[in-house]
Amino acid sequence: MKDQMLSLRAVKAINWNRLQDDKDLEVWNRLTVNFWLPEKVPLSNDVPSWATLREDERALTIRVFTGLTLLDTIQNAVGAPSLLADAQTPHEEAVLTNIAFMEAVHARSYSSIFSTLCSTKEVDEAFRWSEENPHLQAKAQMILSDYAPGADPLKRKIASVFLESFLFYSGFYLPMYWSSRAKLTNTADLIRLIIRDEAVHGYYIGYKFQHALERESPARQQEVKDYAFALLFDLYEIEARYTAELYDGLGLTEDVKAFLHYNANKALQNLGFEALFPPAACEVNPAILAALSPDSENHDFFSGSGSSYVIGKAVATEDEDWNF
Amino acid sequence: MGGLVYFSSGSGNTARFVARLGLPALRVPQRATETMPAPLTPFVLICPTYADGFGRGAVPKQVIGFLNDPSRRALLRGVIGAGNRSFGATFALSGRVIAEKCAVPWLTSFELAGTEADTLRIRDGLHKFWRETCPTVA
Ligand SMILES: Cc1cc2nc3c(=O)[nH]c(=O)nc-3n(C[C@H](O)[C@H](O)[C@H](O)COP(=O)(O)O)c2cc1C
Ligand SMILES: [Fe+2]
Ligand SMILES: [Fe+2]
Repeated sequence: MKDQMLSLRAVKAINWNRLQDDKDLEVWNRLTVNFWLPEKVPLSNDVPSWATLREDERALTIRVFTGLTLLDTIQNAVGAPSLLADAQTPHEEAVLTNIAFMEAVHARSYSSIFSTLCSTKEVDEAFRWSEENPHLQAKAQMILSDYAPGADPLKRKIASVFLESFLFYSGFYLPMYWSSRAKLTNTADLIRLIIRDEAVHGYYIGYKFQHALERESPARQQEVKDYAFALLFDLYEIEARYTAELYDGLGLTEDVKAFLHYNANKALQNLGFEALFPPAACEVNPAILAALSPDSENHDFFSGSGSSYVIGKAVATEDEDWNF
Repeated sequence: MGGLVYFSSGSGNTARFVARLGLPALRVPQRATETMPAPLTPFVLICPTYADGFGRGAVPKQVIGFLNDPSRRALLRGVIGAGNRSFGATFALSGRVIAEKCAVPWLTSFELAGTEADTLRIRDGLHKFWRETCPTVA
């Protein structure tokens, strides 16, 4: 009897040799090769550097990291798992569970930073702050309401991409800023690993969103797009207040906001939409851009002053597929 | 002016950038079963990056397949890498890898589908590049 019922709807085992969407395997491969744990980064080398920060700079840094921990906690426990219900392929489910697990690694990493650099009292104070800060709580609530059971699958993906590709960046700014001043450079190395993961997450969820949206009617496409821009606008308002509260003391608020605009536009691009903020509002401090992608900048031909070309100096030309 | 060839995967960023650039361009197909474009004049290649954390695999297989053909490769004059700066040290690495492998200039990079500023900068840059380097095709 029981056997008969089971045969009505077979439970399927995942077959990675039969893909409906090649992107699933491509992203799975990159995510698994990129796997890391905070123990890999020698955070204790930052102890002397930490001691050179003023008390207000240390407090700011700890608060920023508790804010980031909160977002990773949401994405680990609620955000990525909530997307499972809408997955179109078994491989997409596997990728999403990988994403969910890495969010737990990210959230865990901030605690590694804390235990290496800070006192328990400082950290407890910051966690209390994160629970009481109205802006942080407001953005968390706004995202969580889109993740709720029964929520629109497309809107859930939009909220997820905004979290992955936009909301983290008011926090990521600070370790990049310290790193550009040769401070907390090992912590910055760890944050860059997180930033890279978030880039793949935002890319992948955005990719799935674009293809789900394609299948909708023009009216529904317009409704969803309007929703995305409205949500981004609401989140931006909160981010602007959160940024001012954190960064006014160091006089960095305007610099951080340019970084927010730049990342908001990139989040929209992950969804396949055009930019919202004009170029003049997105002029990110070059030191921050350089801290994000160290060593990737040489003199390219278009921006170069001389007339000589720059021939690439990359090392990764060993791919066995090249046949010359 | 010389030609453009580009690759763009299912996420379509590079395709959106090329569309906004508004210059004629040939697309390297996403699937190995589709036919490769056969450019007849010198061209610049625009290529997104798909590296792992070590930089391996930066250049999509389809683009490697396109460049493996000597007659197509002989017309390559320069390369523009695309990517996302959030990937850190491997940002737009494919452009630099192809430049080194094929001994052509690495012209510039841009992120995702590019900004308005990127579109202007790269359109101008391409005009200047063809004028200065290949007056015959400019
Ligand atoms: C698995 C994966 C790995 C990536 N690796 C890099 C990288 O190493 N460097 C980079 O700049 N961009 C990287 N990207 C970002 C893409 O290059 C970027 O999203 C690009 O706009 C994709 O172009 P397309 O949509 O035209 O295919 C990666 C994206 C994915 C999905
Ligand atoms: Fe995360
Ligand atoms: Fe993430």
